[in-house]
Amino acid sequence: MTVDASSPSAIDAVPLRHPWRWVAAIVIVVLVVLFLYGAATNEAYGWATYRKYLFDERISAGAWYTIQLTVLSMVLAVALGVLLAVMRLSPNPVFKSVAWVYLWIFRGTPVYVQLVFWGLVPTLYKNIQLGVPFGPSLFHLNLQDLSINFTLAFVGLGLNEAAYMAEIIRAGISSVPEGQSEASTALGMSWSMTMRRTVLPQAMRVIIPPTGNEFISMLKTTSLVTAVPFSLELYGRARDISGVIFEPIPLLMVAATWYLAITSVLMVGQFYLERYFSRGASRKLTSKQLEALAAAQTIGIGGHP
Amino acid sequence: MTPMVKAESVCKSFGALKVLKGVTLEIDKGQVLVLVGPSGSGKSTFLRCINHLEQVNAGRLYVDGDLIGYRERGDKLHEMPPREAAKQRRNIGMVFQHFNLFPHRTALDNIIEAPIQVKGVKKAAAIARGKDLLEQVGLAEKATAYPAQLSGGQQQRVAIARALAMDPKLMLFDEPTSALDPELVGEVLAVMKKLASEGMTMVVVTHEMGFAREVADQIVFMDGGVIVESGKPREVLSNPQHERTKAFLSKVM
Repeated sequence: MTVDASSPSAIDAVPLRHPWRWVAAIVIVVLVVLFLYGAATNEAYGWATYRKYLFDERISAGAWYTIQLTVLSMVLAVALGVLLAVMRLSPNPVFKSVAWVYLWIFRGTPVYVQLVFWGLVPTLYKNIQLGVPFGPSLFHLNLQDLSINFTLAFVGLGLNEAAYMAEIIRAGISSVPEGQSEASTALGMSWSMTMRRTVLPQAMRVIIPPTGNEFISMLKTTSLVTAVPFSLELYGRARDISGVIFEPIPLLMVAATWYLAITSVLMVGQFYLERYFSRGASRKLTSKQLEALAAAQTIGIGGHP
Repeated sequence: MTPMVKAESVCKSFGALKVLKGVTLEIDKGQVLVLVGPSGSGKSTFLRCINHLEQVNAGRLYVDGDLIGYRERGDKLHEMPPREAAKQRRNIGMVFQHFNLFPHRTALDNIIEAPIQVKGVKKAAAIARGKDLLEQVGLAEKATAYPAQLSGGQQQRVAIARALAMDPKLMLFDEPTSALDPELVGEVLAVMKKLASEGMTMVVVTHEMGFAREVADQIVFMDGGVIVESGKPREVLSNPQHERTKAFLSKVM
């Protein structure tokens, strides 16, 4: 191969024009500006109250409770979901049916109803003990404790979510080609090692996007824990305050602002997670690899003038 | 000397479908056996029985004297617990038609995965050995490439290196070149030839008759789940005795 003066010059074409995109953008911008102007000048929105309560200590404490509820319930849901998904796919018929029944119950009843039920558990059981029968107790949970409602709230949310996470994870596991587990088996890997090292890491690429969705959905579902009842989280706090000052709209806006802010942070996290687990999925080279190849090419050309 | 593989009337059926109807053969250590036959003849299934990816229904299969997939107590056979089956497979390398490399790991990480996880080899030692193996299959510079960035022939050579990293005493090849572009077949066959010349015991399912003629010590022609004809490649390929062998060879050669 020779590179000489007769090689064609790079194409410098006139780019395609898109006039209608500009028209659509202008129409939308005008509409948005009109709406914002209307909202800003409308007294009923109560922007003064909005500003006053946006960074109110009770609200930010409520947001912290909301984050805790979301994270704890999702951690529980993912852990239990992996377990349920693996049980459903395992060759063991006992595990399979247990997982099926769990899904049937927890997906088949509304989460609000489940939360009310968990709130009533302390009237059914006074306390929970885990230990050797007639022997020492290893774990003790007093259900009459007043602070128990937070625990009941995140456990209730987590147990419900686990059923949905199990299906997401099962879909991810099923998306990994059979040849992958076969190759692992042929290398002498055990079933659990194959799951852990080969199948689940590849399933993550399919699991992460819907899980991010569930995470964001959970953030907002936490507003239902008032059913337990637990009302120290963001929406509960906003409603309590608005109940006292009779101004529901600005406080709804305050709560919405916080939910939106937290969701935005979660979306950034999701972006990086997706990028991490998509490694090896595309044959596109990284910029580093491209540079190395280009360098090799230049040397090649220089070597054969 | 115990043969590396000894099959005694091996039968395998999937439900009502009988795929293997009594396969008997022996492979000595250091020998290369090539299995040929039309698709559906049971040659891949037989190969998969050797490392217990499929469970044998009748007959016995021994690798280096070990009964595969079962434990014999008195005159009763017991199903083998998965842990022990996994132990048997460690000594048997397998190369697949579609490579089945782990797409989320680089070429080198593919190779060191099983030695580290299964055999407990130290990471530094595994990496040194992995690089050595990549060199042997001519891919030293591709250590950090992901499988999707490699050509089919390169992927298959990494897959061979991955199997070799477990130091197997037997290598199984399930149509290793069938999914490759014609111009890439040669590079994979070259690696396999080198392996054979180094004394590796190999069972190869392939349609590459040139490879069979050149490398095989024994060629076995299967059809309908039974061995129709077997012998030295020169004899079977140039002077087949059975009509079915003749018909098959006239199509592939």
